[in-house]
Amino acid sequence: MCLGIPGRVVEIRDDAGLPMGKVDFGGVRKDACLAYIPEVQLGDYVIIHVGFAISRVDEEEALKTLEILATMGDLVRAELATMGPGMDEPAVVSDDGTPVSGVFGAPVTGAPGGPA
Amino acid sequence: MKYLDEYRDPVLAAKLVAEIHRITTRPWTLMEVCGGQTHTIVKQGIDEALPEGVRMIHGPGCPVCVTPLEQVDKALAIAARPDVIFTSYGDMLRVPGSTTDLLALKARGADVRIVYSPLDALKIAVANPDRQVVFFAVGFETTAPANAMAVSEAARRGIDNFSVLVSHVLVPPAMTALLESPNNRVQGFLAAGHVCAVMGWTEYEPIAAKYRVPIVVTGFEPLDLLEGILMAIRQLEEGRHEVENQYVRAVRREGVPLAQEQIFEVFEVGERTWRGVGEIPASGYRLREKYARFDAERKFDVGDIHTQEHPACIAGAILTGEKVPLDCTAYGAICTPQKPLGAPMVSAEGTCAAFFAAGRGLGGLRTLSPAMPLVQVAPISGGGAATTAEAAR
Repeated sequence: MCLGIPGRVVEIRDDAGLPMGKVDFGGVRKDACLAYIPEVQLGDYVIIHVGFAISRVDEEEALKTLEILATMGDLVRAELATMGPGMDEPAVVSDDGTPVSGVFGAPVTGAPGGPA
Repeated sequence: MKYLDEYRDPVLAAKLVAEIHRITTRPWTLMEVCGGQTHTIVKQGIDEALPEGVRMIHGPGCPVCVTPLEQVDKALAIAARPDVIFTSYGDMLRVPGSTTDLLALKARGADVRIVYSPLDALKIAVANPDRQVVFFAVGFETTAPANAMAVSEAARRGIDNFSVLVSHVLVPPAMTALLESPNNRVQGFLAAGHVCAVMGWTEYEPIAAKYRVPIVVTGFEPLDLLEGILMAIRQLEEGRHEVENQYVRAVRREGVPLAQEQIFEVFEVGERTWRGVGEIPASGYRLREKYARFDAERKFDVGDIHTQEHPACIAGAILTGEKVPLDCTAYGAICTPQKPLGAPMVSAEGTCAAFFAAGRGLGGLRTLSPAMPLVQVAPISGGGAATTAEAAR
């Protein structure tokens, strides 16, 4: 019940005085109330929660977050390169950026980010 | 799907995990508030990928789980009436009350219907003018705009055969209650992204300052959670305690003003009992007096009903993060998603259900033995909060 899902607004209409619309979730279309996000436009992404749009997804911010994340691996590698072998058990990062050993000992084996 | 798949990229996730490992020098204990976040963290094994010593405590943010037994029993009393069509979000149907649950009641002939949105319940009321339609209005601040709109629309359109059984809870008072607890070990919070989408985060600023805890407004996808954890640990490592927003694409500081206006038009803040936690002052919404005619508790005069939690269930300690499901003797043995004892096993967002779905601690060690007497223990009376807390010790 509590999960909010992002979807694209594909129809906006007035339903007896209540702003309503249709929202597309990757092919599945559902009715949703748009009353709280009056600035919403056709094609916008909104987060739908129990049939109500509770937020408009900011496309620019969404892309920015991904860009920052994409550059982070390089920063990590650069940082690690400057560390040298001075630490007792320096963190080791494999080619794909996964820590394979480190001060914390626990190897990470493809846990997060799997298909969901 | 756009805005979902991108935030599940395993390569980016690995980079974030590496960065968390790189900056962490000490053990830290964080709490993710929302059950949706718990589900992602456990399912994706995010907690297990963190540096040793960094612990995620799973918070109380599952509305199904914290709805007090009294409210479930009131729902059952109302739903059993022949003149009533009882409507609810699907998750509430299997929440055990003192004697039965809504699903069992439905099987015995009660008219109980699952709706996706409270506006669907309103439609059912319009289509059945000779029946009383009741909606079980549970949830955190995220469902409040929807539930408030249903009541306000019923008033505007004169749909008088519609009413709501309200059990609304609020996040900031629960966080404060946890921080005030002498047992508290939480050093930083991942705040619930969608609660903050509605309400903004100004309420969290005094909490971060007073208790000197970082609070990071965080989304629900694996990358969101990893970045939220990274931001919280970075604050802790640098000795900062601020409210930061990881979920920038969906949350603004002021939230959604129109939704807040609608909430406070229909509801006012009042004390609320949390299942397994007890009463927390000013921790929920109740209907304002001007909407009293839509209050199902008054309409059907459902009085106080005693709380009888299952004695083996440690839901209270689970909800406050003092224990994990693996500490529970009932988990996986006499308590499963098919036959739950307590609410955290009912909802997919509940900590116990999330652990069970991920197969945690289910290595055949705990199987139901007919010799085990646990299933026959009589329910004990008294307040749910004290009961479950005692059972936990």
